[in-house]
Amino acid sequence: MSVNKEFVKFDKVDKSYDGKVLVVKDLQLDIAEGEFITMLGPSGSGKTTCLMMLAGFETPTNGEIYLDRNAISSIPPHKRGIGMVFQNYALFPHMTVYENLAFPLRVRKIPKDEADKKIEKALSMVSLQGFASRMPGQLSGGQQQRVAVARSLVFDPQLVLMDEPLGALDKNLRESMQYEIKHIHESIGVTVVYVTHDQSEALTMSNRIAVFNDGKVQQLSSPDELYEKPVNSFVAEFIGENNTFTGEVLDISSGKCKVKLSNSEILANPISVKNKGEKTIVSLRPERALINPSDKMDNIHKGKIEEVIYHGDHTRLRINLLGNSEFILKVPNSSSNLDIKLGNEIKIGWNSEDARALDPK
Amino acid sequence: MSSETKQILTTDGIPLEVSLKKAERKNKIKAFLLVAPLLLFLLITYVFPIGDMLMRSVDDKMVTEMLPKTFKAMEKWDGNELPEEEVFAAFHSDFIKLVEEKREGKLSTQLNYTKNGFKSIIKKLRRKSKSFEEGNYKEQIMSVHKRWANVEYWQAIKRRAPAYTGQKYLKGIDMFKNETGEIVSVPKDRRIHRILWLRTLEIAFFVTVFCFLMAYPIAHLLATLPMKYSNLLMICVLLPFWTSLLVRTASWMILLQQQGIVNDFFVWTGLVTDDNRPEMMYNKTGSYVAMTQILLPFMVLPLYSVMKTISPSLMRAGKSLGGTPFVAFWKVYFPLTIPGIGAGCLLVFILAIGYYITPALVGGASGTLISNQIAFHMKSTLDWSFASAMGLMLLTGVLVIYWLYNKIVGIDNIKLG
Repeated sequence: MSVNKEFVKFDKVDKSYDGKVLVVKDLQLDIAEGEFITMLGPSGSGKTTCLMMLAGFETPTNGEIYLDRNAISSIPPHKRGIGMVFQNYALFPHMTVYENLAFPLRVRKIPKDEADKKIEKALSMVSLQGFASRMPGQLSGGQQQRVAVARSLVFDPQLVLMDEPLGALDKNLRESMQYEIKHIHESIGVTVVYVTHDQSEALTMSNRIAVFNDGKVQQLSSPDELYEKPVNSFVAEFIGENNTFTGEVLDISSGKCKVKLSNSEILANPISVKNKGEKTIVSLRPERALINPSDKMDNIHKGKIEEVIYHGDHTRLRINLLGNSEFILKVPNSSSNLDIKLGNEIKIGWNSEDARALDPK
Repeated sequence: MSSETKQILTTDGIPLEVSLKKAERKNKIKAFLLVAPLLLFLLITYVFPIGDMLMRSVDDKMVTEMLPKTFKAMEKWDGNELPEEEVFAAFHSDFIKLVEEKREGKLSTQLNYTKNGFKSIIKKLRRKSKSFEEGNYKEQIMSVHKRWANVEYWQAIKRRAPAYTGQKYLKGIDMFKNETGEIVSVPKDRRIHRILWLRTLEIAFFVTVFCFLMAYPIAHLLATLPMKYSNLLMICVLLPFWTSLLVRTASWMILLQQQGIVNDFFVWTGLVTDDNRPEMMYNKTGSYVAMTQILLPFMVLPLYSVMKTISPSLMRAGKSLGGTPFVAFWKVYFPLTIPGIGAGCLLVFILAIGYYITPALVGGASGTLISNQIAFHMKSTLDWSFASAMGLMLLTGVLVIYWLYNKIVGIDNIKLG
């Protein structure tokens, strides 16, 4: 059986609320069946609007959304059969956990004994057996969250939408819930569209991530590719930590480019620059730069340590390097790095391959 | 566990409980002093008047004090036939004293409440009593008027002997204690209070229903509209509060009268002919329309404040789980608004049941309520004890409704904001 690569398809979707500003611009997005896809972006980037259009609470201003090859723009939310987990759980406060889970089954007129089995199964999936008769108000935030997840899955939808479901939880709980949701996804193979503004959440949970900004998908790729190979300076900046140099391309040859900074030159990997004289932002992950590098690296420069921030397992250095006083470096805490002191000059090196010359924004 | 629990001491050796009380005492006194003025105010303006009203409604001392000797002499009288000379003599002596103090008029008013026909015979007795000779008062009094020889009138006097009476309450529901002491209803054609009570309940009930039907969508709109529109709408809802009740009622009179704007509009649209304008005022319609409008904010506000707390994502959740918009509303949204509905209905119903000015002005004869009758007895007949009795019956009725509400819905389920 072949997997439907276009289980959900956004086809040239535009969305505007006021007729003046486009919140979503010409969105083209295919989601495969069984995939866990995350829409990641800063607030106001259009990701939640996309989710709401998919759920049916907003209508696309232009374009069409397909679910399993059927156009769904004219289908009201309650006929779409899409499970949804809301930001603040949206459990019905006047119903018990059982009644909350029974709601989608009851409106589908599923016989009681069958419904009971499904509810039992859904509750055991989120390890909340024995909580059926509790009211949502008697549960902790994490438990409410699990009930919300169970409720969105209890009627066996093919697609589940999650709108920043872990936003209200504390850090530890959030992390354990991330794994739990990931495991549920893996075990039942449902397609999940997940919205978050938390990049670490997106990186740990998803098969693919769509980074939204300004109503557009900036990059759609797997988490590792997103982190290692950002295609533009927004993605590089938004995902993970990032050191940047702004400059101008002096020369491009054999997969390398020479970039002129204010008073020095570096070698970089030309990603979105094509010609000489183009402006560019060179992006470099902190962990790709080393102190006291071996001579094999093709970028070696000297910088002055401006700040030392202790992080337990590693130390962060803020270095004034080539005119950028915000250059961050991560150094493992080991006895060999004894010359890390405030004010010291150190050598820093990196491979030009890791320095990605991107668009200048 | 040991049979004696060990007393915990503070470092100074004082028992912890004592120390705690001492430490908290100052705060408690401060807190009490803060609420004391209000407490005193409530006591003077609320508890005391209601207590006084209760006393007044059962107080029947006036006649008891006016005819002390008579009632003493009547103790031996069995009340079946005309009393003995002894009673007449005592009555004469009491009466002479009242005439000297010029209080016989009050007596006649009071006795007239018990039985019609006392006014004229007491007047006559006063005139004639000046020429009475000593002794054989029975004959002399009976000769003043034939009613004085009627045993029913003496029975009526005897019924006023107790210092306390519940007859005002009986009168409030069109009942009375007859000559033989049975509690019976007054003849059908003279029953007015029962009709008024029922009408009061009916109007209060329907006004509550109308208010609910109108306020629910408004409150929903208020709670879901964007701030800039909802603020404007809220001002429209509150606007009536800033206008005098009298002005609002008067404006309804302008609108609803037969030559009024609403009727003019009906005629203009051809809905009714000019010579057949419907009466919309001085009847129940007037009371319904004006009271519903005036009490509407009391329904809107509690509903609004409850609806405001209901997250819009709940309705969305209901729909995304497969409920049609109606199911999502009925199963999810509506149950969550019940505390507001309860608060609003209770508020409007209780206010409506005691409404006075509006029905008095636009209600006419068929649209007046029990409170208008109370006012009538306060101002016109000056039967304050009867007015008090009806006032207390109204109060009791409201408390019963409150109690029933608590039993059925639960008072914890009320939410005013």
